[in-house]
Amino acid sequence: MSAATATAAAPGAQPRPRRTLRPGLVGDIAAQTAVLLALAATWEIVTRAGLVHPFLLPRLSDILARIWTDALSGAVFLDLGLTLYRALLGFSIATAIGLPLGVLMARSKAVRWFFDPLISIGFPMPKISFLPIFILWFDIYDTSKIIMITFSCLFPIVSAAYAGTMGVDRWPVWSARSFGATENQILREVVLPMALPQILTGLQIALPVGLITTVVTEMLMGGRGIGGSMISAGRFADSVGVFAGIVEVAVLGFVVIRLLVMLRARLLSWHAEARA
Amino acid sequence: MRRVGAGLVRYAPVLILFVAWEALTASGLVSNVMLPNLSAVGAAFLEMVASGELLTNAARSLWRAAVGLAAAIGIGVTAGILMARYRPFRLVFNPIVQIFYPMPKSALIPVMMIWFGLGDMSKIALIFLGCLLPVVVSSFNGARGVAPALTWSALSLGATPRRVLLDVVLPAASPEILNGIRTAVAFAFILMVSSEFVIAKDGLGFLISSLGDGGVYPAMFAVILTVAVVGFAADRLYGAFARRQLRWREP
Repeated sequence: MSAATATAAAPGAQPRPRRTLRPGLVGDIAAQTAVLLALAATWEIVTRAGLVHPFLLPRLSDILARIWTDALSGAVFLDLGLTLYRALLGFSIATAIGLPLGVLMARSKAVRWFFDPLISIGFPMPKISFLPIFILWFDIYDTSKIIMITFSCLFPIVSAAYAGTMGVDRWPVWSARSFGATENQILREVVLPMALPQILTGLQIALPVGLITTVVTEMLMGGRGIGGSMISAGRFADSVGVFAGIVEVAVLGFVVIRLLVMLRARLLSWHAEARA
Repeated sequence: MRRVGAGLVRYAPVLILFVAWEALTASGLVSNVMLPNLSAVGAAFLEMVASGELLTNAARSLWRAAVGLAAAIGIGVTAGILMARYRPFRLVFNPIVQIFYPMPKSALIPVMMIWFGLGDMSKIALIFLGCLLPVVVSSFNGARGVAPALTWSALSLGATPRRVLLDVVLPAASPEILNGIRTAVAFAFILMVSSEFVIAKDGLGFLISSLGDGGVYPAMFAVILTVAVVGFAADRLYGAFARRQLRWREP
């Protein structure tokens, strides 16, 4: 328990330097953009010059063209939409179960006694290895995928909610109580807001795990969705399709994880970390 | 003796879970196909250990995970610290890290298949790439957080930049680096199993999926539980190792 608390508390613990728009920052951004553009240009030149076999590394322009035609036909949105739907549904179910469970574990001795060992044993296990069991129980369609995703996301969320609620400073709770706040009010107005940074850190760990799991389940069970499309492109030796899938997944992951960071900044705008 | 008792009380819920499993299968509420009883799973486990099937596959899997992880740690720590200490490195590698960090690494499985085929290399490369970024990011953050007073004092006492990196920056950044490696260990196991599910001719993931395809469910459950226990044990061992490495720190 102590190890989990220490890990999750770390981001808030050290004050970060105040962020201002230094003159050097603009130059930094320009340099970093230039690096990415140079990388893309090198890719295009190397593949055009025929230095790499196009099967191993297709041209960037071909990949972008493929994404464009798939976008026009709607295939990209269908695949991304299905992947996103599965990932977010599994993640949301895991949050809906995990947050209350973690908070209950911190507040009730009996719940803690039962779940603490299960969570601490289950947390480091590679949950994906249970996938064949879920396939056996729930068949190969969406149910087993979503249960698998929920199962993978659950552990980081529960342990963050548990550690966050356990670690709440006692003084504010006592003062609220002495002012006559009910237990319910204390939970909503004091404990949860104070545990929120750690809870959000848990969600930020769970979401990438959920995305990884979504892609793997889709690869294994086939059907539509980015993972399924990529694996069938791979089977047909369509390497442009495989690389197009990678670019799409990368964009999806980037956007979803950015959105969570923005949500964190918004939810914690009152918190000390927002001023850092 | 008291410690054993305390451990028994602490882990009683796990026992309860296993008892419930056995009771569920014995009562006949669930078919033995869906949930084989524990004794059958245990027997299958012993049989696979005796035949060497489990150990040879486990050795292949763990070897892949270890090679990928070791390469990721070696390159990742170096890259992270260089990025934190030298601006040109940071400018070149930071955008690449930023772009690849949020990408679900399992999406690289088909590319690894195209590049490296079905052998060991595709799995090792995937595990390497998946573990690399958590290590780079934690080393970067750790090395950036080193108090400048420490490096300045070392420099003013005549330490060479190389010695400063090795004797001051690396130890001072080690708590965060060790934390990042812990994440990487977990990723190594996830990617090892996932990639072996999708592309492999041997290894624990392959064993699980081929037993599942063959309908040999007691053996499949046995291998899955083995993977879970190995993943758990690796994390605990690593935790003990990390604590030992950080003994010198004030609590």
